[in-house]
Amino acid sequence: MKKRITVALILISVLVSTFCPWVHAEEAESITVYNWGQYISDGTDGYLDVIEEFTARTGIKVNYITYDSNESMYTKLKTGGATYDVIIPSDYMIAKLIEEDMLEPLNFDNIPNFQYIDEEFRNMEYDPENLYSVPYTWGTVGIIYNTKYVDDASSWASLWDERYEGKILMFDNCRDAFAIAQSRLGYSLNTEDVEELEACADLLKEQKPLVQSYVMDQIFDKMEREEAWIAPYYAGDYLFMVQENENLAFSFPEEGYNVFVDAMCIPKGCQNKEGAEAFINFLCDPEISGQNLEYLGYSTPETEAKQYMDPNVANSDIAYPDAETLSRATSFVNLSTEANQAMNSLWLEVKTAGSNTATYLIYTAIAVVIVAVIAVVIAMQKKKKKQRRGQSRK
Amino acid sequence: MRKVNKIFTILVFIFLYIPMILLAIASFNSGTDIAVFKEFTLRQYGNLFRDSTLLALLRNSLIIAVLSSLIATVMGTAAAVGIHSMGGRMRSVIMGVTNIPMTNPEIVTGVSMALLFAFIGHLLKINAILGFGTLLIAHITFNLPYVILNVMPKLKQMDPDLKEAALDLGCTPVQAFFKVVIHEVMPGILSGALMAFTMSLDDFIISYFVTGSGFITLPVEIYNYTKKPIQPKIYALFTLMFAVILTLMVLMNLLQLRDSKKKATTQRKDFMKR
Amino acid sequence: MKSKLLSAPYIVWMILFTLVPLGVVFYYAFADVNTGQFTMANLANMGTYTPIFLRSIWLSLAASAICLVIGYPVAYYISQTKPTTQRFLSMLIMLPMCMSFLLRTLAWVALLEDTGIINRLLSNFGIGPLPLIRNNGAVILGMVYNYLPYMILPLYSVMVKIDRRLIEAAQDLGCNSRQVFGKVIFPLSVPGIISGISMVFVPAVSTFYISQKLGSTGTTLIGDVIESQFKGAYNPNLGAAMSLVLMVLIFICVGIMNHFGEDNSEEGMVTI
Repeated sequence: MKKRITVALILISVLVSTFCPWVHAEEAESITVYNWGQYISDGTDGYLDVIEEFTARTGIKVNYITYDSNESMYTKLKTGGATYDVIIPSDYMIAKLIEEDMLEPLNFDNIPNFQYIDEEFRNMEYDPENLYSVPYTWGTVGIIYNTKYVDDASSWASLWDERYEGKILMFDNCRDAFAIAQSRLGYSLNTEDVEELEACADLLKEQKPLVQSYVMDQIFDKMEREEAWIAPYYAGDYLFMVQENENLAFSFPEEGYNVFVDAMCIPKGCQNKEGAEAFINFLCDPEISGQNLEYLGYSTPETEAKQYMDPNVANSDIAYPDAETLSRATSFVNLSTEANQAMNSLWLEVKTAGSNTATYLIYTAIAVVIVAVIAVVIAMQKKKKKQRRGQSRK
Repeated sequence: MRKVNKIFTILVFIFLYIPMILLAIASFNSGTDIAVFKEFTLRQYGNLFRDSTLLALLRNSLIIAVLSSLIATVMGTAAAVGIHSMGGRMRSVIMGVTNIPMTNPEIVTGVSMALLFAFIGHLLKINAILGFGTLLIAHITFNLPYVILNVMPKLKQMDPDLKEAALDLGCTPVQAFFKVVIHEVMPGILSGALMAFTMSLDDFIISYFVTGSGFITLPVEIYNYTKKPIQPKIYALFTLMFAVILTLMVLMNLLQLRDSKKKATTQRKDFMKR
Repeated sequence: MKSKLLSAPYIVWMILFTLVPLGVVFYYAFADVNTGQFTMANLANMGTYTPIFLRSIWLSLAASAICLVIGYPVAYYISQTKPTTQRFLSMLIMLPMCMSFLLRTLAWVALLEDTGIINRLLSNFGIGPLPLIRNNGAVILGMVYNYLPYMILPLYSVMVKIDRRLIEAAQDLGCNSRQVFGKVIFPLSVPGIISGISMVFVPAVSTFYISQKLGSTGTTLIGDVIESQFKGAYNPNLGAAMSLVLMVLIFICVGIMNHFGEDNSEEGMVTI
């Protein structure tokens, strides 16, 4: 037994000492990139491994970590205790970070490839003077629907259509879900009016009985397998889904829709600003951007990059809608704290609506009774045993 | 009756293993959907081995799981023995505290610990305190209740006279502790360690908040795949891991079998000599 | 006396890394989200979430009860096998838990959906799609699946040390197998049952993700709500208040359970 423990201890210490990070001390220059999960071409199925390529070209090692939403990235940044060199948040989050003075201004001398960024993606609303951010991708939100079951989805109203009850999916994300209701009601996507937000919440509550699930990533499987028929999602992702199920179609709703831009920024407290700028510059290289975004499926902000992409993607009018279609799109800006909180508590109401206290009280009571019965049986048995013991002692 | 029980046990094992089998099959699937098998391919394994980061993340997960479960097992067993010898009120207070890490939703534990660590980092003027150390501390913290809850019932069950007997027979208290107490509660310690290991291998919420940029574990990475469907190479990774652990377990079992046989024969010899 | 000292490192550890962070949670629960000043507003709103609290508790109680019913015979069976087999089987019980919880839940989704594996198999026999997913049953199934090993292992480790001679003695005294079970095995396994229930019930109440994936739009659980408050809604204060309330509720539930279990028992139970 002792021998085995020693062997195990030796094994563990060998394992730890060979693998532990601090043994490989920082010999090389490195940067920490904090990005959305699965939001960079990583060498799967013969696509370019962007990070490996960057390290090969510059010698800078990349410490790559991920987050699942703008908000959890924000929470991490706010909590502190760790430093990051490059982050890739979405538009409204960038505005928020700028407002709270959490970003470093970029040195554009180190980012010569910024010249390839198309004019319409410079000086965006979230960063009017373009001091803090360089666009990474952009895309639109529209309706993905299955032509076998749904004949017309030109309006957001089809997500409220009772014929599709139980086959409708919805964003599991407060801002995106509200944006759909706002478009339907003709409000601005950036409204801060509490009454308007309440009207949106009522509309979402009305929709809730028809909705199959509030989802994000699961939308792929559900739409491809026809578990659901109609869902709002990103145009870039539709291009993947249609490869799996050719009955799927995409529409830009007539009431208007959201266009998003995810852009690269450097947060305050970064350890290697020049390395970070080199990384941003590298991602703006048209050749890299083209190959990276072909893998991701989202649209590139560089016309120059399209020549390195699959022409089917580059010429797709879903990934790159014409100017007229795009004129209906609005991007998000940062809302005031009060508006954000109002929206979030309304969203919580939507998500928890329709629960009946009385039924659950009954259910819980039944469960408590069952457990109590079990406990009483146990206690009785104890008592009986004790009595028996007492008797036998007599 | 025993036969019925056996069939029932087999059914429960099937229930526990159905998702495993599905994921293993999905790792050979050319599509991404678990529910639809398109055609057989080994491509996912190729993708897995080309991806150096995933393997590094798995390695990180294993290091943390081994270290944290080991430390938690030692500390938790000692604590359980100590708590066991305490009086009623003190004991219930400590066991109440023990429950807290299990009661709190993981995200609450994660965020509150991260805030604490960040505050300590602020005091010590370390601006990147989150990392391996804090991750290990957090994992040990949420592993401890599982170890204690497994060891405690065994201690209750143990005959207190056993230790006395060992002392009477000339054992030192330390010997009595290791030879009698630890021996008696061993099944509890083992299942506690096992649970701690799996808990820590599978944790993502707490890990997400208490780790920094330097040391990420695999489940954290998988949890962040919200924009795209999970890539099948992840299934390949878990299938491989599953196969490796299963093989190790079978090997260990065989070794133990041999050991116990050997022991049995030596014991018999000892007996004969006498 | 000396053995009490053994728990000293643990107590120090728990004070540092459980009680102090708990203080942070308390601070948040009683602070206003914008100004950071003392307020009871976070807790005052708790009434609106009553159905969610109740639903979480009832679903996890049901899951614990089912885990106990399923886990008990399995643990008993394992404890009756040869020692080496026992060790192997108990590890085999735990092995599925090494796989990512997220992936395992997704595998259940793929099995249970209307166009999932089970329903496609059934449709070959002309049985229409059964509503297997997006209801309370599916959420309970997910919980049972995920927490069953945490019930089986403590039960097994207690049962394995039940003195075989007691069972034989009971049999010699004319007990049939049901009586042996009721009078010997079951009472002696109570500490394991209590440990098991608290390891299933307590984490299950605050679980999340399972109800997001397996439940319907109407089965949101408190764990999901708390998670969303911390992650998306910039309102950790409400989340902290909810988790405080949840903690109190769980302590009450576990307290009641232990009260019955502990009741005039000689060997004492796991006090929680």
